[in-house]
Amino acid sequence: MLVLSGIAIVILGFALRLNPLVVVGVAGVVTGLAGGSSLTGVIETFGRAFAENRYVGIVWLVLPVIGLLERAGLRERVQAMIATVHAVTTARMLLAYLLLRQITSALGLNALFGQAQMVRPLIAPMAEAAEERYGPITTATRMEIRAYAAATDNIGLFFGEDVFVAIGSVLLMKGFLQQSGYMVAPIDLALWAIPTAIAAFVIHGARLLFLERRLKRARAVAR
Amino acid sequence: MITLEHVYLLTGAMFAVFAIGRALDRRSARRWRSAAFWGIYALSFLAGSHLSDLVNGMILVVLVVLAASGLATADDAAPLAERREAARRNGNRLFVPALTIPVIVLLVTVFAKHLHIGTAALVDPAHTTLVAVALAVLVALALGCALLRVPLLAPLREGRRLMEAVGWAAVLPQTLASLGALFAAAGVGRVVGQLVTQAIPMTNGSIAVVTYTLGMAMFTVIMGNAFAAFPVMTAGIGLPLIVGRFGGDPVIMSAVGMLSGFCGTLMTPMAANFNIVPAALLELPDRNGVIKVQIPTALVLLAVNTALMAVFVFKR
Repeated sequence: MLVLSGIAIVILGFALRLNPLVVVGVAGVVTGLAGGSSLTGVIETFGRAFAENRYVGIVWLVLPVIGLLERAGLRERVQAMIATVHAVTTARMLLAYLLLRQITSALGLNALFGQAQMVRPLIAPMAEAAEERYGPITTATRMEIRAYAAATDNIGLFFGEDVFVAIGSVLLMKGFLQQSGYMVAPIDLALWAIPTAIAAFVIHGARLLFLERRLKRARAVAR
Repeated sequence: MITLEHVYLLTGAMFAVFAIGRALDRRSARRWRSAAFWGIYALSFLAGSHLSDLVNGMILVVLVVLAASGLATADDAAPLAERREAARRNGNRLFVPALTIPVIVLLVTVFAKHLHIGTAALVDPAHTTLVAVALAVLVALALGCALLRVPLLAPLREGRRLMEAVGWAAVLPQTLASLGALFAAAGVGRVVGQLVTQAIPMTNGSIAVVTYTLGMAMFTVIMGNAFAAFPVMTAGIGLPLIVGRFGGDPVIMSAVGMLSGFCGTLMTPMAANFNIVPAALLELPDRNGVIKVQIPTALVLLAVNTALMAVFVFKR
């Protein structure tokens, strides 16, 4: 039971809005100690895992390219372009990205797009510009559109990638079931991801259309 | 062969340049603290594979302490008028480097198995995607500098500006992944699994299904990762009850169960790379802004998953 104290620290820390990095560090040390390790042992386990998980930080390599392009006016160019295409609205643009993200992930190309290389430089500015065409937007609206852009990327990725047979989660399931004595084919696991993938598109798509309606109403009030 | 280690060296070099850039900026407050933070993170990438576990652990401790004491704020972006003028001058050429990244990633992932130097593969087959991203960035950088006629230092300066806007949140995903390893070593999963199965009477299949899907989502919220929740919940409820006692199909149980876990990923700050980092990247004032938008989609989808499993898992 004592090993659950780390979870309590995490929940409490996030609820009190303390610096998450500190919360996670403390939770790790407490959990390790409660599990019977020495302090040096905990720091060693933490260190080994930190070094093994460095691949998570590789995504930052993209930032110099994005920074360069933003300095050279990419966001402004995107916004000027979207302003001339009247068929593009915030919801339609995000719906198209949702579909594209789901399909490419389902084909195993989940690194093709992402938050740093796609959402920040292109998708979010396009979604904002599609609404700005009707006049200046409030900061709250801008931030809501950005949050929707980031959410659309996540949802497209999560509920597309499992349709691909060789993705980590499918292989994890196959491996775990095999260890437990059940032989299953990855293709069957992937096929059973399709109903949820369709549901994710319908549900999030509907929410994007609701967002559009809300934006339209706000526009009418402002006028 | 290009391996993950080469990509780490490249990433480490980038962070080292960020650290030097910050240290050279005499006007900035807290410049040494920030320079130390990025410099030590660079060290982790450059030498982490050769350092002892204890030293790697001390690196993490120092990063946490520096982050808690407050880092320098990012430099301001170039003025809007300047960027507009640049946008007019550069026109659609701006899209070339941006779209180069996905194109190169696509090409490398598809064709990597056919590229060889002698008998050795050009790209480490175990890490194709990560190597592909690194190669794509290098090509996009070269193209960007050539097409937009900027000095090589410009992307590094602008990259540092974006990185410092993200700040300490940059190391949060990696730290959370390490916390997962500590939780696993201490046996947190086993204890949670026992608690859940003891607390809920499993008298019929539907109760088992609901407990399993909600348990996957909730445990993922706590751990920040459906991969950590899956073995615990499946060994605790999925296999012994849904499959064993009530005769359900292990394929449908696993596939839909994992996706129920993904619904949890959408709702938790513990999944920092998906939820907290984008909020920082997009400069949202609310750290949880992305999560708040995702929660309704996640809850409805979790209900759909539960219904899907309840209807189909027991049919043969």
